[in-house]
Amino acid sequence: MIPFEYVRATDVAGAVAAGAAPGAAYLASGTNLLDLMKGGAVRPTRLVDITRLPGLAAVERREDGSLRIGALVRNSDLAHDPAFARAYPAVAEALLSGASAQLRNAATAAGNVMQRTRCPYFTDTGSACNKRRPGSGCDARGGETRLHAILGWSEACIATHPSDFCVPLVALDAEVEIAGPAGTRTVPLDSVHRLPGDAPERETVLEPGELMTALVLPPEAAAFAGHSRYLKVRDRTSYAFAVVSAAAALRCENGRIAEARLALGGVALKPWRAREAERLLAHRAPDEAAFRAAAEAALAGAKPSGDNAFKIELARRLVVRALSHAASGTPERLPALPGSVFAPAPEAAHV
Amino acid sequence: MSDQIPSNQIRHGSSIGQPLTRRDGILKVTGAAAYAADHHPPGMLFAVMAVSRIARGRVTRLDVAAARSHPGVVAVMTPQNKPALAQHPDEKHDGFTFRLDLLQDDRVRYANQPVAVVIAETLEAATEGAALLDPAYEEEVPAVGLDAAEPFTPRAIGVGDPADVETGDVAAGLAAAAHTIAATYETPAQYHNAMEPHAVVATWDGDRLDLDMPSQGLAMAQGRIAGLFGIAPADIHIRSPFLGGGFGSKGMVAGPQVLGIMAARLVGRPVKLVMSRPQMFGPVGHRAPTRQTLRLGVAEDGRLTALDHETLTATSTFDDFIEPSGGVSHTLYATPALATRHRAVRLDTGTPLFMRAPGEASGSVALEGAIDEMADACGLDPLEFRLRNYAETEPASGKPFSSKALRACYAQGAEAFGWDKRPLAPGQMRNADGLLVGWGVGTATFPALMFQAEARAVVTSTGAASVAIGAIDMGQGAWTALAQIAAEELGLAIEAIDFRIGSSDLPNGGIAGGSAHTATAGTAIKGAASDVIAQLAALATQDSRSPLYGAGNAGVIARDGRLVRRDDESRSETFTEILVRAGRESVEGKGAAGPDAAREHYAMHAHGAVFAEVTVDPDLGQIRATRLVGAFAAGRIINPRLVRSQYYGGMIWGVSFALHEQAVMDPRTGRPINANLAEYHVPVNADVPSLAAILVEEEDPHVNPLGIKGVGEIGVTGSAGAIVNAIWHATGRRVRRLPVTLDTLL
Repeated sequence: MIPFEYVRATDVAGAVAAGAAPGAAYLASGTNLLDLMKGGAVRPTRLVDITRLPGLAAVERREDGSLRIGALVRNSDLAHDPAFARAYPAVAEALLSGASAQLRNAATAAGNVMQRTRCPYFTDTGSACNKRRPGSGCDARGGETRLHAILGWSEACIATHPSDFCVPLVALDAEVEIAGPAGTRTVPLDSVHRLPGDAPERETVLEPGELMTALVLPPEAAAFAGHSRYLKVRDRTSYAFAVVSAAAALRCENGRIAEARLALGGVALKPWRAREAERLLAHRAPDEAAFRAAAEAALAGAKPSGDNAFKIELARRLVVRALSHAASGTPERLPALPGSVFAPAPEAAHV
Repeated sequence: MSDQIPSNQIRHGSSIGQPLTRRDGILKVTGAAAYAADHHPPGMLFAVMAVSRIARGRVTRLDVAAARSHPGVVAVMTPQNKPALAQHPDEKHDGFTFRLDLLQDDRVRYANQPVAVVIAETLEAATEGAALLDPAYEEEVPAVGLDAAEPFTPRAIGVGDPADVETGDVAAGLAAAAHTIAATYETPAQYHNAMEPHAVVATWDGDRLDLDMPSQGLAMAQGRIAGLFGIAPADIHIRSPFLGGGFGSKGMVAGPQVLGIMAARLVGRPVKLVMSRPQMFGPVGHRAPTRQTLRLGVAEDGRLTALDHETLTATSTFDDFIEPSGGVSHTLYATPALATRHRAVRLDTGTPLFMRAPGEASGSVALEGAIDEMADACGLDPLEFRLRNYAETEPASGKPFSSKALRACYAQGAEAFGWDKRPLAPGQMRNADGLLVGWGVGTATFPALMFQAEARAVVTSTGAASVAIGAIDMGQGAWTALAQIAAEELGLAIEAIDFRIGSSDLPNGGIAGGSAHTATAGTAIKGAASDVIAQLAALATQDSRSPLYGAGNAGVIARDGRLVRRDDESRSETFTEILVRAGRESVEGKGAAGPDAAREHYAMHAHGAVFAEVTVDPDLGQIRATRLVGAFAAGRIINPRLVRSQYYGGMIWGVSFALHEQAVMDPRTGRPINANLAEYHVPVNADVPSLAAILVEEEDPHVNPLGIKGVGEIGVTGSAGAIVNAIWHATGRRVRRLPVTLDTLL
């Protein structure tokens, strides 16, 4: 590989200064970045190691009822924090649906948000990709597209964002704290990822040098704890990206839906918040008719980007399933994935 | 589940039949076992291949200057400066010689074909050097997919079998049938992805060559390399004590391994070359895609009147390996009329080669699916239908089976699975979560082959014993099972034998392939050990000073380092006593194995029955294999623990075949787009929730002197078909394109 400079930042200001240089990339656990570097898909000239930054690995419950998740909190640590899983069960469920146990043990919260698409034409340097090399074209169009986007795509890019974690976070109005050369700012997570348009190389609203320092769940996010689920359809039981996923969270009062939150994963280049569907659900009885109407609304603008029309119907069905599961209440214990015959004990079967 | 085997297969004092744990297990789990790529001879350089982005055309430019000027790069090997070879890599000498891509010219015949090799002081420098070559191409439109080229009739399929076989009158059988069905099944290209990619560490010393290189067949590799470099096979020393998986991919030396040897020749220093994971999708063989059409006819009584099995598959543009999918139909079901035909197209891929159960795996899926469809058409339970069409003699050859305990496999498997509770109609079962549940069955089969091997056994007057054979442990457990055979035949504890395998300076152990290695190498070991014992017995029984004097060769047995008079166990003496008195330092025995005349008279196959349970989400289509029970009869079992492990592994390959595995080629470019283990799916542990393997008793007096049939590949067969049939039973949908994915069930 080409030589690159390695800088170990000791404080956020230093990290931001070092990260503002052209060609710089932040390095946390590197579960995505290092693979892409080895394959040549990305070639940063400077890595700014942020793993030693103080204070970014804490989960902080704040007096106003919000929760601040430091950028460097490990996916596994967060998912297995009992208080966190009780308050935000869909987020814990999403975390445990992602990657593999080994990757979750390493991967960080902010890294999960910043992970790159799994579009094979992005990772394959032999293919044209507007995201990797602006203006070079999109070889995914007309190629193998079974898992590509059905919402929000453009002729320039039909990739999807692969995160599970982000899907319930977006549904719960999570915000992102960003430190940058001009100070800090807070941005809704829903606004962090950009749709491709004609500039798919610009993936997020983060400017050069800006560093995500925390994710914040607002006080009202915990109000959905009793009726929250994250469901993920995939081709393999573990260590597979979503074909389609859905996060559903309901606040129920007197047998009716007071407020609904719904987001989809694996359908677009960002976690896809379905606000129109949420509006349709508000104040309705949680029944199948309502869920079907919501599913129709959530996928109203969907169109296949290739050989993937099935994802539209699949997403509709998954929305109905996720809403009905959420309506029937968050289970006492999150269902573990099926364990393996090789697992020594059922308790150890979580994968 | 237990590790006990039927009592009649355990003998007093026996090593054979014991469920020993792997003798190499601790080395492997502690990381102490040195695989090929773990070796670093002094002065070693690293070689990295640059591989083609395109699938067909020419390389018109390589930026050699850029690569050469990268710090640490020592040399760039291209078609222009590669070392001269004594044979053209496209020369073929026999059915086991396949064409290699060794930088012979600028042609590109498939994606990921090596086009240059960069040799550097570090892996990183070589990797970057390879990237800097940035080849330019003259691209041609590649042929991708089974419809992309005109089919032809191959001269032979597999390793020399005829493309077309017919017995009886199929047309008449179909015309006379009460029911007929025709079904077309498609199986995808699958690529080798053993944990250990192909590697080589090569050191030249003049015209002598020293190699650390995973190989399933040392003598064949020596022969191929010797021919290419114009040196004597005996001047090539290959060490291959451990393989991180073979599955057929390391049966013959692979092109990239030869490139590593060429690189070492070029630079005059030791060189290591290890393939990257994406590079595995090209030059090291794969399972070819197939499209198989089965036409079946049955009479009113549910017995087959005809079976027609037609296969369309693919080979490369430059060599022939034809996946012999029709072979399973020669063996499994009784029919008065049988025809199999194979046709192939030439595609711009690497040459497909042997991949665990080549032919049987893909053929079994289609045959078992079609048989299931016919059972349904007859309104019969699929197991009952299979029993009704049980082959008492091999349908294609008419030969009797040397042994066949398939009825017992069906019975024991069905009982363990609970098959008698299966509703006949599909879509009848749901679990507590509302998921559709389906049960399916598939018959497993794999030929019991014998190859050639030699072994040496030595017992010395100090009491030391050694057994040597260039056999290969590719994870199946040869270090353990073959040593058990040696211990058994020498009458010694396994720990007392200096047992050596995995090196080409040992007697030729043949090839670890075709599920025949334990049978072949084991027979050679048995021969060598018996030779030693016979020589010791001759020394003792002909010596009047021995307590065994006059017993005759057949009158003694070896046990615990002694020869014991069979009719009077109080009379015995140690090997050492015999040799010391005779003034001998040692006796050396030689053994050899090979196919014998019994093969003319008998059909020889292992059999099994696999029962599968799946769940299918009725709305989302998500499929999970939840339970697999396999019952297999494979002759004598040397080590039930290792055998069960082989069956588990094979059955998991069946899950992979049915639900996960496929190489996806971009239809425009012929490039594999999922050439990594995140996107090229094989089952993870969570996809394999419950497995059981039943070892069904079977004695075979004909197959070989040890009565062993192979167990390495049979587990793949039957399993995939059982899962596909279970999906039908869950949903009522017959999916004939594999792998079955959720979108086909929405």
